[in-house]
This record gives sequence, C-alpha cells and structure tokens, in this order.
Amino acid sequence: MVRTYLLLAWTWTRAAAAYPLSFALMCVMSAVVAGLDVVVILIIFANTTSLAGFSREEVLFLYGAATLAFTVADTFCGNLDRISQHIKAGTLDTMLIRPAGPWIQVATDRFMPARLGRIVQAVAVLAYALTALDLPWQRLWMLPVMIATGLVIFAALWTLGGAAQFVLVDAPEVTNAFTYGSGQLSQYPFSVYGRDLVRGVTYVLPLAFVNWQPGLYVLGRADPFGTPEFMRFLGPVAALLLALLAAAAWRRGLRHYRSTGS
Amino acid sequence: MPAPGHGLSSCRHAAEVTILYLKLIHYSFRRHATYVGAGLAGAFTNSVFGVLRAYILIALWQARPGLGGYDVTAAVTFCFLTQAMIGPMQLFGGGLTLPERIRSGDIALDLVRPASLQLWCLAEDLGRAAFLLLVRSLPPTLLGAALFGITAPADVPTLAVAFLLGLLVSFAWRYLVALSVCWLADDRGVATASMLLMTFFSGLMLPLNIFPGWFGELARALPFAAMVQVPSDVYLGTADPLPAFAFQATWALVLLALGVLATRAIRHKVVIQGG
Repeated sequence: MVRTYLLLAWTWTRAAAAYPLSFALMCVMSAVVAGLDVVVILIIFANTTSLAGFSREEVLFLYGAATLAFTVADTFCGNLDRISQHIKAGTLDTMLIRPAGPWIQVATDRFMPARLGRIVQAVAVLAYALTALDLPWQRLWMLPVMIATGLVIFAALWTLGGAAQFVLVDAPEVTNAFTYGSGQLSQYPFSVYGRDLVRGVTYVLPLAFVNWQPGLYVLGRADPFGTPEFMRFLGPVAALLLALLAAAAWRRGLRHYRSTGS
Repeated sequence: MPAPGHGLSSCRHAAEVTILYLKLIHYSFRRHATYVGAGLAGAFTNSVFGVLRAYILIALWQARPGLGGYDVTAAVTFCFLTQAMIGPMQLFGGGLTLPERIRSGDIALDLVRPASLQLWCLAEDLGRAAFLLLVRSLPPTLLGAALFGITAPADVPTLAVAFLLGLLVSFAWRYLVALSVCWLADDRGVATASMLLMTFFSGLMLPLNIFPGWFGELARALPFAAMVQVPSDVYLGTADPLPAFAFQATWALVLLALGVLATRAIRHKVVIQGG
C-alpha cells in the first residue's frame, strides 16, 4: 500500500520536475503563501506583546507544530477533497477497477510536490520557536508525538471530507470549512476562542489534540479553560478514534457510490 | 457604424451599446445563478473563517483597545465584511473566463466582435459580482451580526459607490492578470502571485491600518487596498468618502487604461499565434 502510494506520488513528482524552473518557482511560491500566516502573527505582535496570555514565541511554537502536521497531511491527502470532481467527470469509475485502493489513487492524483515548500516553512518556524523558547528537554518527547497525532487527525479530516463529498457532490466547498478551517483554527492558542467553540473542538471534533493540549504540556502551562492534566496525553487516542471513524465513513461512501453512467 | 458627428444616430448607437452591456450583465448573473449550491457552500466556508478570525481580532483588541482607530465592534465588523467581500471582489483570483478562452483560441472570436473585449468582460464580471453579493456576502454578514453583533453601515449610498469602485479596481487587476496568459506559457505563477497580493494587501487577513511603519504606508497605497480596506472603512464611517473615492477611482483608471493597452497588444499577439 505504501509502495503503491510512493510510486504514484513519484510519477507526479517526475512529471512536475520536467519543468524545473516552474517547479522551483512553485515551491518558493507555496512557501511564501504559507508564510503570510506568519506575517499576520508578526503584525499582531508588532501591536501587542501578548495575545490571550501567550507570547509571540509561544504562538509561533503552536503555529509551527500545527502547521507542520497540517501541511504534511495536505501534501499527502489534500487531494482527497477533489473526489467530487472525479465523481462528476466519471474518472472515479476508472479508479475503482484498477488494482490499487481508490483512497490511494484519489490522494495521489495530481500529487503536488511543490507543497514541499510549505513543509520547509513550517519546520523553519517551529525550529525558530524552539530555540527562542529554550524549553526543558524532559518534555520535548511530546513534540514528535503531537506532530504525528496532528498528522493523523488532519488526514482523517480530509478522508471524512472526501467521504462527505459522495453526498455533497454539488457543494464540495463545504468540506473546506472543516479541513482548511481546522488548519486555521489550530494556528492560534485556543484561549483566544470562545468557551463553547473550544468545548466543541475538544470533545466533538478533537482538534484540541493537534497542538493545544500537548502544546500546553510542552510549554509547561496550565489550561486557561481548566481541563485536567491527563487531557494533555489523550491525543493519540483521539486521533485513533477519528481515524477509525473516517475509515468507516470512507468505506460507506464508496459502498453507496452509484456511478452516473455514461 | 454610424458616421461620427451624426447626432441622432450616434445617440441611438450609444443606447444600443448600453442595452447590450446591460444584457450581458443580466446573462452573466443568470449563468452564475445556476450554481446557488456552490455559492452557498462558499458562503458557509467564508462564515466559518469569519468566526475564527473574529476571535483573533477580539483577543488583539482586548489587549489594545482602540487600535487603528477601531473599537472591538468595529474590528469584528471589519472581519466579517472582509469575508463577505471574498466572493464579489474575487479575492482568490479568477472569475474571468478569459484565460481558458485564450488557451483554447476562442479569444480570436471575441476579438472580432464589434464590441470592446474589456467592456464585455467587465459586464460579465459585474453580473458575477451581483450574484455573489447576494449569495456569498449576505450570509457571513448576517451570521456576524447574529453571533457577535456588528455595526450597521454608516451611509448606504456612499457604501454602494465605494463597493462599485472597489469592484472596478478588482476587475481591472484581474483582467490584466488574465491577459498575461498571452505572453506566458504557464500562468500559474502569475495567478499565485496575484492571489498573494489580493488576499494580503487588500486587508482580508488583517486590517491594513494596523500594519506597522513603512510597510503599512505601502500596503495602504497599493490598489488592493481599494478592494477591501477602503470599502470597509466607508462602511464603518472611519474614512472620509471623497478622498476614499478619489483613491479608488485613480487606481481604477490607471489599471483600466493599462488594460486598454494590453488589449491592443494582444490583438497583434493573437494573429501571430492563430492558425
């Protein structure tokens, strides 16, 4: 399965590399577009020293961790949200009769290696924040755990979004609110949001486990909303539950898919 | 074509041309109205982003009350207005069928029509904007009003003028971007650069009046400010209408004039590529 994925992704990468200058430009461009979010944070902190109780470096740490998970997930499964186009064009039918999983095929179709630029940008911001914050090394083991957790959560969201498009063929943009909206939401400390919204994205849609709950542990901060300490470590469980749900929804969508015919 | 100086018939000609463009606006509106579902889906996404950004602005304005001449309510209103303008001002780029027509060669047909290509596209774009104003601008504004309580427009007629001038600037810019396909084999780079400029320097991501120092001065002088920041300030009553209109009209004229030159240039270009 991983081999099929890599093979298909590599095919698209080779296709993109056929125009090296254009490819390099697209890499730089995608990094710059993603960098705008950092510029927004910097402009906010040009006007204030603390946002909802968090300093510039702390916000950049939360941003970097969430964005790294988000961009990796976007690069490898972001194309799932194009499944409605495959349904409309009838190309999904072709994918279903090929000897490879349709999830892999949809995810790798028009795989965009230029999104690599955004991953580099996220890593750079995270590295800067980590050096500037000088956090105790005993708590840093959480960092890879939280990034992996975030990756699984975002990948599951894209899968759910793809599954929803079996129903929402005519309005695929609705799923953007959940996928890209989640990416936007997790860029900032959750203390800026309203209490009800934070409850919703903790207990219903587990976005709080991407960077907020584990991030509080790494930063050694208490939760302003007063959740108990053990919540900081529940991320992997939440990610697993969401992934199982997404897998079930995807299978259900595929099973109920009726080709439009020709 | 009527002979120049022939008063009555040139008057009739002008009326016919006006009717033609009004019809184009109407047809374009109807064509876009086929996709109400997609429009509402976009409005939903804009609303969600509006809510998320509103919380960030509230946190900032709680730390710095009165920043940039706004109070918290004005900042939240600004946030939902910017989301409402994504649709009509087409801030993520595109909206014109021109690049496809240039690539497919249909542009040759457009150029032999006895009507200005630029005005033709403008009419179609106004129809698109009118439809998106209804479907993609009202829902986020109403949601913002319901959830956070936003202020009412300071003066509706001046807002309408600022909005129309903003649309003209947005169209004129996107027309230039679209025509660049004629000279570049791959237009994705230009399209991305344009999206970057339109989303960031229009005021969509943060109000331009809190951008620090020379960077802020620059951002407020660029044409993109005319698309979102200036109409929003007119809505809030935080900008004098006349200087605001003058700023928008200047950029509209400059960009439209460049569009005229570019249209002239592609007439020659198309002959070379045609066949």
